[in-house]
Amino acid sequence: MADQPKTAEPARARLSPRQKQRISRGIQYAVLVAVLVVLVMYADWVSLAQNFAKPAVAQETLPDLFTIALRNTIIYTVSGFVIAFVAGLVLALMRLSQIRPYRWIAIVYIEIFRGLPALLIFIMITFLPLALPGFQVPFGTYGQVALGLGAIGAAYQAEVFRAGLQAVPKGQIEAARSLGMSATRAQFTVVIPQAIRMVIPPTTNQFVALLKDSSLVLFLGVSSEYVELAKFGNDLASQHSNATPIMVAGITYLIVTIPLGYLASRLEGRKGRNR
Amino acid sequence: MTHAIELKDLHKHFGQNEVLKGIDMTVDPGQVVCVIGPSGSGKSTLLRCVNLLEQPTKGQVFVKGVEVTHPDVDIDAVRRAIGMVFQQFNLFPHMTALQNVMIAQQRVLKRSKKEAEIVARENLDKVGVGAKCDALPGQLSGGQQQRVAIARALAMNPDLMLFDEPTSALDPELVGDVLTVMRKLAEEGMTMLVVTHEMGFAREVADRVVFMDGGVLVEDGAPAQVIGDPQQERTRAFLRRVLHPEE
Repeated sequence: MADQPKTAEPARARLSPRQKQRISRGIQYAVLVAVLVVLVMYADWVSLAQNFAKPAVAQETLPDLFTIALRNTIIYTVSGFVIAFVAGLVLALMRLSQIRPYRWIAIVYIEIFRGLPALLIFIMITFLPLALPGFQVPFGTYGQVALGLGAIGAAYQAEVFRAGLQAVPKGQIEAARSLGMSATRAQFTVVIPQAIRMVIPPTTNQFVALLKDSSLVLFLGVSSEYVELAKFGNDLASQHSNATPIMVAGITYLIVTIPLGYLASRLEGRKGRNR
Repeated sequence: MTHAIELKDLHKHFGQNEVLKGIDMTVDPGQVVCVIGPSGSGKSTLLRCVNLLEQPTKGQVFVKGVEVTHPDVDIDAVRRAIGMVFQQFNLFPHMTALQNVMIAQQRVLKRSKKEAEIVARENLDKVGVGAKCDALPGQLSGGQQQRVAIARALAMNPDLMLFDEPTSALDPELVGDVLTVMRKLAEEGMTMLVVTHEMGFAREVADRVVFMDGGVLVEDGAPAQVIGDPQQERTRAFLRRVLHPEE
C-alpha cells in the first residue's frame, strides 16, 4: 500500500496538464472523424438525395410555396399574434389586479392554456360549432386558426407582460400619481409603454413560437387554399411519395425564424447596454 | 390665516413598525421648511403623507385648509396642486425631457399641446436645462435629470412643493446646480417642504428647520436656533455626527 503512490506518481508525472489536454482533444477529433467516415460510407447518399432533395419535386413547390403556403403561415401567425398580444396584456393586468376574482380568472386561464398541448386546443376549436349550434368562428379557417394561436399565445404573452409590468419601478407610478394622474392613467401613460418596450425581445420569441405552432393547421383538414407551410409540404410529399417538399417547407420556416431569433437577441443586447 | 400644510396627530405604521408617532406641524404659505434627522427617523414618510403617497394610519393632513385625509376628497385634484421631487428623480425614461414636462399638463390639466410645450420650455429654461429638451433622461446627468424633474413639477403651477432628499442621489459636484434652482424657487416665494441632509442649504434658505428622530418632532424653529443652538441633546448629537463626521 505504502509503495503505491510512489509507483503511481512517476507515471502521472510523465504527462503535463498541457499534454493531457492535447491528448483529450485528439481523442475528440478522432471520434468525430470516425462518425463522419461511418456516415459517409454507410449512408445511401443517392437514395437520400432522391428522397429529400429531388430538384424536380422541389420545383413543383413553386410558386405555391410562397403565394399560398408562406402567405397563409404569415396570415395565421400575425392574426394569432395580434390576439395573443392584446389578450395577453389584458390577462397580465388582470393577473396584477387589486380585485381578487380577476386575478383568479387570469391565473386559471394562464395555467390551463400553458398546460394543454396546442394540438388539443386546435381540435377543440373545430368542435366549437358542434357544441354551440349556430356558432361560427368569424373569418372561417383564418378565424379558427387565429383563435387557436391567439388563445395559446395569450397565456404565454400574459406571463411575458407580467414580468415587464412588474419590472417598471414603483417610483414611476408615484411620480405619475404625484402629478395628479389617476391610477388608470398612470398605467396607460407611464407603466404600460415602458413594460412593452422591455418585453420586445421575449415577445419576438413568442412570435416565433406561434409561427411554428401554426403548423398544427395540418391536423385541421383544411381545403387547399388554406394550407400553410407544414400542410403544404406534407400534401405534396404524399402526392409525390417524396420528402423533398417537407425539406423545402422546413427551409422556408428557417428563412423566417432564424433572422427573427437574431433580431430578438440583438434587441436583448441593446436593452442590456441601455440599462 | 390658512396654513399651506397642517398635520394633526399624524401616525403611520408599516405592520408592527411605527414610523410616525403623532406629528403636529404646520407650514405657512411662502415658507421654506427643511426637515432634518437621521435615516429611519420618518422624514420621508412624513413628506409622503402630505400628498398621500403614504396613507396615514391615524391623524389628519390639511393642505390649504382642505382635509386631504377625508375619504371623500379627490386625491388626484389635491396632488395636482402639490409638486413633488424625488430622490431618484423618477423621470419617465421613455420620454424626452420636454415630453416629461408636457405629459401631465396635457393629460391632467388638459392643456393643448402647443400651450404645454410653451410652459414646458419656460420651465426647462428656468431650471437651466433648456438646451436638453430633446434628450432622454438616460442621456442626462443626475443633476440635469433632477432639474427636469423640478421643471416637470413646476409646470403644473403647484401651490407648494415637496422635496424628498432631492440631492442625495447626486454626485457631489452636481448638488450645487440643484440647490441653486431650489434657492431661486424659495426666493420667488414658493412654499416648500424639504427633506434634506444639506445643512448649509437648510441654514441659509429655510425659514424653519424641523429635527425629527424616532418618528417624533424633536425640535422645530428658526435655522439659527435648531442648527446653530440646538436645545435638545438628540439634535446636538445628530448635528455633531453630520457636521463633523471625522471626529
